[in-house]
Formats: sequence, C-alpha cells, structure tokens
Amino acid sequence: MTFNIYDFTSFTTWIDQSLNSLMSPTLALITEMVIIGVVFLLFYAVVGLFLVYAERKVCAFMQNRVGPNRVGPYGIFQTIADFIKLLMKELVYIKDSDKLLFNIAPFIVIIASFMALSAIPFAKGLHAIDFDIGILYVIAVSSLGVVGILLAGWSSNNKYSLIGAMRSGAQIVSYELSVGLSLLTIIVLAGTMQFSEIVEMQSDGWFLFKGHIPAFIAFVVFLISSTAETNRGPFDLAEAESELTAGFHTEYSGIKFAFFFLAEYMNMFLVASIAATVFLGGWMPFHISGWAGFNTIMDYIPPFVWYIGKTAFVIWLMMWFKWTFPRLRIDQLLTLEWKYLLPINLVNILLMAFLVLMHWHF
Amino acid sequence: MKEIVNLPVSKPEEEEYHINMGPQHPSTHGVLRLLVSLQGEIVKNLKPHCGYIHRGIEKMCEKDTYPQIIHLTDRMDYLSSHINNHAVCLLVEKALEIEVPERVQYIRTIMDELTRIQSHQLWWASFGMDLGGLTCFFYGLRDREMILDIWEETTGSRFLQSYNCPGGVMQDIHPNFQKKVHVFLKTFKKKIKDYEKILSGNVIFEQRSKGVGMLTKEDAISYGITGPSGRGSAWSCDIRKTEPYSMYSKVHFNEVLRYECDSYSRYMVRMQEMYESMNIIEQLIDNIPAGDYAARMKAVIKLPAGEYYQRVESARGELGVYVVSDGNKTPYRMKFRTPSFTNLSVLDHLSRDMKIADLVAIGGSLDLVIPDIDR
Repeated sequence: MTFNIYDFTSFTTWIDQSLNSLMSPTLALITEMVIIGVVFLLFYAVVGLFLVYAERKVCAFMQNRVGPNRVGPYGIFQTIADFIKLLMKELVYIKDSDKLLFNIAPFIVIIASFMALSAIPFAKGLHAIDFDIGILYVIAVSSLGVVGILLAGWSSNNKYSLIGAMRSGAQIVSYELSVGLSLLTIIVLAGTMQFSEIVEMQSDGWFLFKGHIPAFIAFVVFLISSTAETNRGPFDLAEAESELTAGFHTEYSGIKFAFFFLAEYMNMFLVASIAATVFLGGWMPFHISGWAGFNTIMDYIPPFVWYIGKTAFVIWLMMWFKWTFPRLRIDQLLTLEWKYLLPINLVNILLMAFLVLMHWHF
Repeated sequence: MKEIVNLPVSKPEEEEYHINMGPQHPSTHGVLRLLVSLQGEIVKNLKPHCGYIHRGIEKMCEKDTYPQIIHLTDRMDYLSSHINNHAVCLLVEKALEIEVPERVQYIRTIMDELTRIQSHQLWWASFGMDLGGLTCFFYGLRDREMILDIWEETTGSRFLQSYNCPGGVMQDIHPNFQKKVHVFLKTFKKKIKDYEKILSGNVIFEQRSKGVGMLTKEDAISYGITGPSGRGSAWSCDIRKTEPYSMYSKVHFNEVLRYECDSYSRYMVRMQEMYESMNIIEQLIDNIPAGDYAARMKAVIKLPAGEYYQRVESARGELGVYVVSDGNKTPYRMKFRTPSFTNLSVLDHLSRDMKIADLVAIGGSLDLVIPDIDR
C-alpha cells in the first residue's frame, strides 16, 4: 500500500482489499459502511463546530468586535464549550405539541444534510459513493430538510413557529428550482451528472471560466438561491428573529436546538462544496493551459487543500452576505425567485446549450 | 325591567388568528404588547396594550419638589433624558421668570443636540436590526459610545444624566468638553458615510422601507405625529423652529422635511437631522461664553399658583410638560405629553393590510421608546 496525499485511490482500494481478504464480502461491505458512517459523523461534528466558530469570528470582524477569545487560544474551544452546555440543557416539552413529530423534526433536518454529504468528492479517490447521477441525488436529498422544518413549525404548537415554517416551505420549494436549473446549466456544459467526471473535466480550467458568461451567471444565481435554500441571511425569513423571535425552532431547547443549528451550518458547507465542485473545479488545482511550470507548482498543493480552500471561500462569501444585508420580505423573496432568477436561469440554459452546440466553450 | 340590548359583537373573520407581539419580543424594543390579528402573514388589526412598564411618574411628581422631578423625567424617554430635563427646567424658569445665564443656554443646547444625535444613532442601530441587518447595531452603538464618554466626563453619568437643574446646570463643563466634542464631530462625519453606505443605498433596504407605512400629512396632523416621524410626512412641526427656546433662535439650521411620507422618508429625516445637529453644535461649541453655569435660585422652589405649559423638541417629537401649581413646593398636578405615546397611536393605521415584516419596519421607523409611552 502506498499512501499518497495526492491520490487516495490506492489507499481506499487497499482498505477494501484487505477487508475482503479478512472476511466474507457481505461482512466487508457492512464494515465499510460502518467505517464510512463513523468517519462522516466525526467529520460532520468537526466541520459544524469549526463553522460556528468561523462564523462568530467573521461576524465579529465585520462588526468591530473581537469575538470569542476566552476558551482556549483565540477562543477556538468556545464552540465545544457551547456544545457541552447545550448537551446538558433540559429538553423542554411543549404542552399540546405533537410529541412524535416534534422529536423527529430535528433528525430529519440533520439526516438530509448528512445524506447529501456522502456524494461530495473531497479529494481524488476520497469519495464515499460515486453516483452517475450525483448532482440529482444531492439536490433530491438536500431538499428533504424542508420536511423537517415544516414539521418543526407545525408540531411546536406555536404560531410564530408555524409562520416561520410556512415561510420556509414557500422559500425552499421556490429556490429549489433555481438551484436545480443553475446546476443544470453546468450539466449541459459537462454532459454528465457524475461528480468525479465533472471534476476531471475541469483539470484544464474550471467551469466558471470554461463556460463563458452563462457559467458565470449560473454561479451567481446558484450562490443567491443556495443562500436562500439554507435559510441564511438575507433570506433567513424562517428564523427572522426580529419578526418571529426564532421562527420554526423557537420551542426547541438543548441538543435539539443544536441539531437545527448544526444542520444549518452543514447545509451551508454542503452548498459551498457543491459550488466549489461544480463551478470551481472541486479538488482540482488551478491550471492555466500552456503554463506548464505554473501548473506543476499548483499540483504540489494537495487536492484536499484545494477543496477546503474553495469551499471556505464560498462559505466566507455567504457569511459576508449575511452580515451585510438586511432581510427581505416574503413577497420580495418570491418575486426575486419567480420574476427574476427563474427567467434568467431558463434563458441561461438555452444560451449554454447554444454555446455547447457551437463549441464556443474552451 | 331593563331590556337586554344585544350589542353587535364583531366576529373575527374566518382564518383570522391572533398573535401577541410582546411584552417580550425583539422588535418592540421593550415591554410593549401588540395584539395582532393576522390573516396569513397580513396584519388585519392591531391593538397596543400599554402599561407593562408604568411607574406612575406623573403621580410621583405630585409629591416631589421641582429639582427632584427632574430626576424622574430622565426615566421617561431614556434616550433623550437631557431634553426631558430641559423641558422641566424651562417650565420652572418660565414660571419664576428667571433669566438663565447665556453660558447655560449654550451648554444646554449643545447637550440637547448631542442627545439628539445619540438617540438617532441608537435608533439607526435598532432600525437596521429590525430589518435584519445585525451589523448596523454594532456600528450605531460604537459611535454612540463617544457621546456617552463626553457626557461621563462632564455630567458624571453616561445615560441618565440629570444634568439640568432649575436655573442652570449641575456643574460646569469639563475642561476637555470642547476638545472631545470636536473629535466626535470629526470622527462621526466620516462614520455617518458608512451608515449611508450600509443601509440608505442598499437595494433590499429601499425595497423594505419605500412605500411602506404611508402616512399622509393630513393623517400625521390628525394623529398628532410629531418629530422626525411627522416631518417625514412633510408636516413642519419642529418646536425648535416654531417656538424657539434656549439658543435655537440664534443658530442657523434647516428643518428637515421629506415628502415621500413612507418609512424611508422618516428614515432620511433622521439621517439628515444628525447632520443638522452636528451643524448646530459646530456653531456653538467654540463660542461658549464665560460666566456662571447656573442662576442663583432660592433654596426651596415654589411656583406661583396657576397653570404652565412648556414644549420642547425631543428626539422623537414634541414633549409637552403641563403643571398645575397651587403655590406649594410640589406641583398639584403634572402631566407629560410624550411623543412616543402619540406616535404609537398611528401604528394600527399604518400597518393595516401590511405584512408582519412591514409592521416591524413601521414600528422601527416611528422610533418608539416604551418607557416614554407608559411613564
């Protein structure tokens, strides 16, 4: 076995082969599933904790504050301390609430983001499932989260929560269209839905640059609509703390609240990963065709670092939106989607199809 | 036997439901409770329920002497505490026909305008937060801190200063006062550009506030909406212009009027007023004449029997103080006409058939201070 930081394929195949040589194929498959599940759980927790810390630091930076700086160096253990506090908090049960739905809702939200994570390629060969319909799968699975939000709002027996859930339903269902269509634009360019192939095709240039103007429009639309889909500011109408106190998760306490909180950040990580993979080349280094020396230098940076860097950049963009813009109103939100983004998207796909037919892309 | 009269009971529409906004709600800025009837997201009807922070200030005034009353007025509209003090002092001085030294008038006017600026800063901060721009809140508080520091040096208090007393001010200004005010003006003139950038020119903000909460001039007059909210409806109601007191007749400033009559125009009036206030302070700060900081008063202040009324322009509108005196050292009856209470009355009119988000924006644009409503 050779462990190579630039290509994990040999590492993962070695694990697979050694497991198969030790036990029966069924048992090996189950063991692999368990390993992947545990790895993802750990990854989920670490990324969630780090993102909460990052958001607090970024927001503090934008607001002339210091941010967390007491627990550990630069306050990096602050979120862990918060998490322990939330674990120990009492779970408040609401009178006359629908107990079953109330308890299930946070899990649905968290499972939706968890499932979508499995299709993301983190580096070469570091890929849990390489679907041939990867993008479709991610879109389908990540939109399950809205069910959890609707259930949370409905079962809380609280009018504020219900209003938040209604808003969230309208919002996510609408913006799902734009997310889908902007990704479809890139699928037209790539000719495949498989994440690994999409990344491979960007080895000589990211789709953002390859696809001319349509790809750029699709990227902007994807950023806007994915921000809306993750319920983040300026589209955080479902929470809207100045209007609805906390919207759909008003009545949740302790670890259940933490689940919603974590799911929000994981969704943000997820859409940032998709944006990075589909538009910015995923783990593929930045290459300019013809510049051999430059490309070799870029190749020295491990793919995993590229992936994390691109994702972090998109996440930072989304945080920047949130801490700069005021919130939209529900009718303006829907106007933006149905009257602007959707028509732009539809025209954009035609434009992209035309471009691909004429072979005008790079 | 009396006939039973069946009063027509107004039945709520089908699908209409009620929510209580407050007494603990982030956007009511205090313990105000709004009983809102909603149809979906649309506000059909709104009833304010006051009294959660009623402290009986007017009744307490009846057993306090006039210098003591000043300390109570701080607690009404805590964001324009100095202007509240000023109103009572003006009334006492008018009743006793005392001429206050010119130095006092300069100091009071500068302090009034500093109060107005910091009140508008905090309003800007919280208005931005109401609309979901959390960063505004920290910008506003950061710049307000400078004024609080200036006050702390001179008056010994950052918030509820009770700096005025009948006949003058409690103590002379701190030697650093003028220097620090200059520094503040210089800094804030740069910082207010940030305010304009982050909120005024923002597309989302304009969408959220333009055309929201239309208040015509006629409605503004009939509801008695004074202050920046009234001037946003083109009603010229600035007491500083119509009935000048202290130095306001001698300084040059514009009464800011806007004609769009919506939340955005109320917003712009307050933004412009900060510039005007800075303009007033600039005219006065270098020319504070030497002299006493208070006129000589009797140890026990007794107002001659009669009725007295004094109006001043507080940061959110016309503040009226009405006193009935029976010649004793305490007033027989005292009544405050507070701007927030009157401005609250128009909230129902403005927010009908608007969305919940608009209700929050309208409430923010009226700049309500809850202890001012309840007293």
